[in-house]
Amino acid sequence: MNGRGSVMLLTAPALVLMAVFLIGPLLAVIALSFTNYQLGAPSLSFVGFANYIEMTEDETVRISLANTLIYVGVVVPASVALGLGAALLIEADPSLRGFYRASYFLPVMATLIAMAIVWEFMLDARCGAVNMLLKAIGLGPYDFLHDRKLVLFTLCGIGVWQSVGFNMVLFMAGLTAVPRELYEAAAIDGAGRGFERFKLVTWPMLGPVTLFTVVVTAIRAFQVFDTVQVLTDGGPNKASEVLLHTIYAEAFNFFRNGYAAALVVVFLLFIMALSAVRLFVLDRKASRP
Amino acid sequence: MSGPRLGPIGRVLRHLVLMTGTVAMLGPFVVMLMTSFKPKDEIFAPTFHLLPQRWGGTENYATALTQVPLLHFLLNGAIVTAAIFLLQVLVNVPAAYALAKRRFRGRDTMFATVLVCLLIPYQVVALPIYILFFSTGILNTYASLVLPFTISVFGIFLMRQFFLGVPDDLIDAARIDGMSEYRIVWGVMAPTAMPALVAFGIFSLVAHWNDYFWPLIAVAREELYTPPMGIAFLKLNGEGTAYGPLMAAATIVITPLVLAFLVAQRRFIEGITFTGLKG
Repeated sequence: MNGRGSVMLLTAPALVLMAVFLIGPLLAVIALSFTNYQLGAPSLSFVGFANYIEMTEDETVRISLANTLIYVGVVVPASVALGLGAALLIEADPSLRGFYRASYFLPVMATLIAMAIVWEFMLDARCGAVNMLLKAIGLGPYDFLHDRKLVLFTLCGIGVWQSVGFNMVLFMAGLTAVPRELYEAAAIDGAGRGFERFKLVTWPMLGPVTLFTVVVTAIRAFQVFDTVQVLTDGGPNKASEVLLHTIYAEAFNFFRNGYAAALVVVFLLFIMALSAVRLFVLDRKASRP
Repeated sequence: MSGPRLGPIGRVLRHLVLMTGTVAMLGPFVVMLMTSFKPKDEIFAPTFHLLPQRWGGTENYATALTQVPLLHFLLNGAIVTAAIFLLQVLVNVPAAYALAKRRFRGRDTMFATVLVCLLIPYQVVALPIYILFFSTGILNTYASLVLPFTISVFGIFLMRQFFLGVPDDLIDAARIDGMSEYRIVWGVMAPTAMPALVAFGIFSLVAHWNDYFWPLIAVAREELYTPPMGIAFLKLNGEGTAYGPLMAAATIVITPLVLAFLVAQRRFIEGITFTGLKG
């Protein structure tokens, strides 16, 4: 059976599941955002843009959006720069290369919820290792997770810790693609080592990889949720409230599903905008000879 | 990277910087492991010793394993991740083959749909799927943890790219031998795609073993908790500051992945870097 029937058999499961779990829900969430649906309520009615208008006046949403942007604004540059630095330094010499690569990559795959709890312990104001260290140099103690001014940046720190290794391996893949001849040419031109070489050869060649890494990290940072949910629950006093956590609370604590759906649409628009850049970069990478 | 090697000072500086970074990267893992061996009074002592002065590991691990059914949670994690990956292969590999090697009406539309779906983060579709499962009574079952992930447009995309490189002659020969399309997928295509399947498997395993958002939404019954939920449950329902047992539980939860990573480092890095394509 090599005809149309076999194609149906090959593709039908994927098509059905795609409709049920991706396309259908995507359309449903957009439709829901124009209703006042509440889980378990007998009926729902069309409310137009009411949810979106309510959003603009919602203090929690404003704080949450601002915090999410700050989080992305800190985690992306910090983890991309550190990832690039780690990749360059590790690849610069063979000594202990495998050990460093494994060490920096370990946080990427370790269960974040488990490691978040470890960080909470390390950041404890009384008995945490971080405050013990700070005390040794005459600082602190800081209550990193309960201080309104510190909490968001503390979560950023955990986010950076977790993303550096991921960005590092993306850059390493980019570095192996830099042709050896370029370094040789640069050496002949007197830019054989150090910063000159980086500026002349490595950086221009890494440009597309960097853009790609920035976008991917931004998408991941936008989805920050685990650490917030388990460590701060958005507190104290909403100081660490982020978009996905607000959505979660509206949908599954308050069951205001219509309103939550409108927030999801906003979240989606941010991700889509970033993804469009990513596809553009991927496309250029793929079409280059 | 090619190019000239570092001089002696450069080499020392490189180790200095990278070692400092290593301390920051591995620090939490070391503290976790060491604290899991310490008795309670030592954890809260005003002076900090990295190494345990007295042995408290037995009690911590016993508490972690008995206060909540941690082994049961690990088993749940294994069942769920294995079921997800198995179904992902069954659903997505044939579709990828059709997209790569069969000519049929609607193929371009289907592939375009796959590309569009690649842009949808799963948190976006979680709410409608929750409502769907709520109204069909699937919430709080293993199925609710597995079903939404059986479709992996990322898997389809990845496998299609790989299958495009498989020579048509191989498939034609199989057809002449009278093999059915299913035999071709599983007997000819899948074996050639082993590296891609392994990478996808690692990506899938790590993503779903560590996932917290969806299980948190889909299951409220303790018997169905996955490891990340189990450890959050221990934190919220034990004494919040019983750090000894918490660190023991954290060690138990991350150990399977860390061991697998140390054994197959290169494949892990490859597999997870694919998330770069997915996001």
